[in-house]
Amino acid sequence: MAEHVLLRHRDIPEIGNLEVYLEHGGFEAFKTAVTKQTPEEVIEVVKASGLRGRGGAAFPTGLKWAFLADEMPRYVAVNADESEPGTFKDREIMEGNPFQFLEGIAICAYAARANLAYIYARGEFWDLAGDLQEKIDELRSRGLIGEKLFGTEYSLDIRLHYGAGAYICGEESAMLESLEGKLGMPRLRPPFPTVKGLFAKPTVVNNVETLANVPPIMTNGAQWYRSFGTEKSSGVKVFCLSGHVEKPDNYELPLGTTFRQLIFEHGGGILGGRQIKAILPAGASAAILPATDDVLDTPMDYESLPKVGSTLGSASIIVLDETVNIAWAEYKITRFFEHESCGKCTPCREGTYWMLHVLERFNGGEGVHNAADEDIDLLASVADGIQGKCLCALGEFAAAAVAAGVERFRSDFELRVVNGR
Amino acid sequence: MSEKLVTLTIEGIEVSVPQGTLIVDAAKQVGVYVPVFCYHPKLDPVGMCRMCLVEIGRPRRDRETGDFARDERGEPIVEFAPNPETACTTQVGEGWVVRATSERALAGQKEVVEYLLTSHPLDCPICDKGGECPLQELTMDFGAGKSRFLYEDKIHLAKAVPLGELIYLDRERCIQCARCVRFQEEIVGDPVLSFEQRGRRLQIVTYSDPGFDSYFSGNTTDVCPVGALTTADFRFEARPWELKAAASICSHCPVGCNTVLNTRRQAKAGGHIEVQRVMPRQHEAVNEIWLCDKGRFAHHYAGSRERLRVPLLREEGELKQVAWEEALKNGADGLKAAGGSVVGLASGRASNEDLFHFRSLVEGLGGQAFLYDAMGGGDAVQKVGMAPGSNLAALGKGDAILVVAADLHEEAPIWWLRVKQAAERGAALIVIAARPTRLDAYAQQQIRTPYGDTVRTLLSVAHAARGRKDRAGSAQGDLKAAAKTLAEAENLVVFYGAEGLDTAGSTALAQACAALLVETGHSGKVHNGLIPVWPRANTQGAWELGLRPADDLAGALVAAEAVVLLAADPAGDEAALAAALEEVPFVVALELFETPSVRQADVVLPAQSYIEREGTFTSGERRVQRFFPAVPALGETRPDWRILAELGARLGIELERKSPALVMRRISESLPAFEGISYQGLSRIEAQWPAVGGEDLYFGGTAYANVQGLGIQLALAGGGSEGSVEGAEAGTAAARKGDLLLVPIVRLYDRGRTVMASDVLHPRLASAELILHPEDAERLNAVDGIELELGWDGGKIRAPVRVSAVAPAGAVLAPRSMGFQVPRPVMVEARVPVLQDG
Repeated sequence: MAEHVLLRHRDIPEIGNLEVYLEHGGFEAFKTAVTKQTPEEVIEVVKASGLRGRGGAAFPTGLKWAFLADEMPRYVAVNADESEPGTFKDREIMEGNPFQFLEGIAICAYAARANLAYIYARGEFWDLAGDLQEKIDELRSRGLIGEKLFGTEYSLDIRLHYGAGAYICGEESAMLESLEGKLGMPRLRPPFPTVKGLFAKPTVVNNVETLANVPPIMTNGAQWYRSFGTEKSSGVKVFCLSGHVEKPDNYELPLGTTFRQLIFEHGGGILGGRQIKAILPAGASAAILPATDDVLDTPMDYESLPKVGSTLGSASIIVLDETVNIAWAEYKITRFFEHESCGKCTPCREGTYWMLHVLERFNGGEGVHNAADEDIDLLASVADGIQGKCLCALGEFAAAAVAAGVERFRSDFELRVVNGR
Repeated sequence: MSEKLVTLTIEGIEVSVPQGTLIVDAAKQVGVYVPVFCYHPKLDPVGMCRMCLVEIGRPRRDRETGDFARDERGEPIVEFAPNPETACTTQVGEGWVVRATSERALAGQKEVVEYLLTSHPLDCPICDKGGECPLQELTMDFGAGKSRFLYEDKIHLAKAVPLGELIYLDRERCIQCARCVRFQEEIVGDPVLSFEQRGRRLQIVTYSDPGFDSYFSGNTTDVCPVGALTTADFRFEARPWELKAAASICSHCPVGCNTVLNTRRQAKAGGHIEVQRVMPRQHEAVNEIWLCDKGRFAHHYAGSRERLRVPLLREEGELKQVAWEEALKNGADGLKAAGGSVVGLASGRASNEDLFHFRSLVEGLGGQAFLYDAMGGGDAVQKVGMAPGSNLAALGKGDAILVVAADLHEEAPIWWLRVKQAAERGAALIVIAARPTRLDAYAQQQIRTPYGDTVRTLLSVAHAARGRKDRAGSAQGDLKAAAKTLAEAENLVVFYGAEGLDTAGSTALAQACAALLVETGHSGKVHNGLIPVWPRANTQGAWELGLRPADDLAGALVAAEAVVLLAADPAGDEAALAAALEEVPFVVALELFETPSVRQADVVLPAQSYIEREGTFTSGERRVQRFFPAVPALGETRPDWRILAELGARLGIELERKSPALVMRRISESLPAFEGISYQGLSRIEAQWPAVGGEDLYFGGTAYANVQGLGIQLALAGGGSEGSVEGAEAGTAAARKGDLLLVPIVRLYDRGRTVMASDVLHPRLASAELILHPEDAERLNAVDGIELELGWDGGKIRAPVRVSAVAPAGAVLAPRSMGFQVPRPVMVEARVPVLQDG
């Protein structure tokens, strides 16, 4: 792409400097919104742009803002708890182009009629969040956030909060619990955060990348944004490419780019010229795909992935080559989910623990039973039993990953069976 | 919850329930038992365990009309969701169809049980919960019967983690349902339990010091759906199926909690049948399905082997064991010889039947029968007490509760709980006290009044409430605000205690409270009335039966030729009374233990405790309730009512000797308030919600269903219209001389005999200390831990000091039953004694 929309620091290296950001039109969109537009008008533009949540669930952003219950105060809670394996886009945006992200928060807060926005940064982002705090303070001292902005009655403050290293706190309701100082566990829904969110008040929860899209949309208009991507998946997306590729990196591309284009044109192909075997399209949180021609030519958008049996999620594409046994990959993935399960609901807490122990048998180790034929079916059965029963999506992801692995790469499991336990 | 009804079909049964009802509750109402672990009808739903999966079908709506879309036969088209849903978190919807036992629903339920069992130790053979365990029960219903989980993969965790001294946690058995955590947070407001860690390492921890610091901790063992939480008292004592159950009433305070005494013949008790544990018995108008920890754990005194077992007779200055016949003959002879100069003292530990016989006997002899209790006002309660049909659970928004001179959390924890919950439902709570108490946190208004001013303060409120400006002239803004709240309340309940008050003071306070209720139009109405926070379970019963405190007890004793003591220990309570009793020529004592008064008696008649016999208690809410025999009588003990009848028979006073039911018949014939009350009537039951104690004990826990009777609330005397503010003012405490006002206060776990017999409570006993305000401490040169000597006319105590602003300036607080005698509020001279040698 000629010019980046989100990763603008790749075009303008100093854009992380407030002066430079302002020189390039920074905070004009926010100022215009606050001084010349009603919150409803802002929401209309975002709706018209077709922007959908980039955290994984792809809910239409403008619609979410419009859904806020008629109650004050309201909050904005920004999900910067980027912890999906293979996902590193929000980090780059916050490091390289922080003011565009912060301006996005400001516009969102104005549209939501919120005077307070929280950023929930994953605990491991210690240095990054420290820098971000300085940028927030800079905005405050420059009068870009604070009391009675631009001579209007509108006031806004942004506060930064650290997580403590739990994947589950990237789930929006668990994040809200954590922000409230409680153990990070998902809440029952409904009520949704737009009705009862942070401190039981209406709350917009958006991902970092989602909000970074907002200033350019406000500046250039909804139609401009719709010129990228597909009809239903409009705009650009930062694809995190990792695994057995020559050039793992973030790639900002229009939605609808195919896997083949990403991996082979942008990513330089498979490491060492080996054969591609499988793709994890959304980090650990989506069904694994065999890298068939059909799959490789599938456009990466929210509608096409389900047709080949997976989801786009946060678009963290992990490429596995022919050297990988999928039973091993599933073991690693399940170990992650077992470690990160919050334990609130039975199927996830016990199911991930059980799946991990069965998967251990396919991967050997001291004191571990050898895998037997029936272990493959047992694994599939346990994964199947978890699905559709969990309190939140984490458990469902954990089960979906294993179920798809067994179904699509059964021979890899059979290879590791040593009969006669 | 609105009253709008929603109609749906559950397992083919059509049911209409109020909007907002959860599917699990709606199903229960039509006899469909949806299995649950984390759901509990008294707690907010959380949907954690996922056990209650059901298939839910919702009727399709026509997009244009909004009506149900119908098929060609005119039936609504019902569409089922792709996955089963949790019945415990889903509220009913119009026209819904719920399948709780369909193949898919069952498959889901079976899978959840299987998951739970993968981490469960399956140590049922050594688990206290075995036999009454929801997990065991639902495993029988839904378990696979064969494990697919390798035993070697099982997680192993600590099996005996003390959460404080009363409750043990077995981490392996815990299924992370959070019922205990939620009970502590939502029900009792002691959030001392929490989860720590996550995933399979998720575990229950306590954050308080001491651990699990709550007066309600035992209830978590009832709601725990596995054997993870057990009490230090019952742990490893018996298997549930070996236990027999007898209905009883808690004997510790005037709430009248309904209990079940579980008993078993114990080898280590020498083959005796003993009470193994006290369990809550459901009474939604009294204790719901809860008990305080004192009620649950402080039961050992009743079956104590240290009790009196045989009659004793004083011969040559020594108490000697004699046969009943000889004891009774000597007792009767001694009383007859007194020639009518007989004084009787009885406490509210005795049952209604005992007290009726007691009064009949003493007055039949021409003597005077007194209530042995320093707190007054029971006659006001007879007139304006809780009206029949009243229930604290009915109070909420628009209603008001006033608590005066009582520390409910220490004196009557279940009342504290129910008042707190009423306040949380929106009832306006006003607390008038000289010092802070745990209830303050829930109060709309707290009014601090110095000791000695309580009655005056209440009178000001009462005057202001009826708008008599002339008399309320001194009422400050906050008193006027309180008066307005109370006057405007739809329903008003007033609790009064006796902290800082003597008999005259508490009598005056009761009258002032009664006047407030009458003047504001809150007397004689259901869900309204005056509740006395008596020190004993049946003190109100004593008042109903016509017993009153003596004006000058020591004087009455000294003047008497003979004294009859029924569950009263004046010699143990006060040196002056011990001296007075010494002067009495002839003393008969009916007692459980060898008390100081017993040691001064001439005839000692060993009584049965409430666990060995039948009887009734009248609660502070004036509810007469039956208790039943649970264990065989100890030694040669007899019930008080029969002992008194046997004495009567030898004195020409005819009393019922056959059964307490017949005594109650006599009571009902002679006292208007008891008219129509019979043991049969007291045993009447009605359906209660939530229904607990059934086969599905996973629903409500191990609390027992009430099949032995809900009791009857007594009719109010005189229609509840009497009560005079003028009369009350005479009792206002007069000015006193001295250094400090010594005020006895109540601590739940005191060092009295009833608590001390329960070893498990020893680590939790209150400190024997004097609580002194920092200003007074400075003046007296007293610091924490230093001994303080307090002296007054007729008494002297010495105890370590704790300096705390909890005590009002000018007052020193002394917990009762702590090994030093503080019979009533008294002005004292205070000094820090010069250090002794060493």
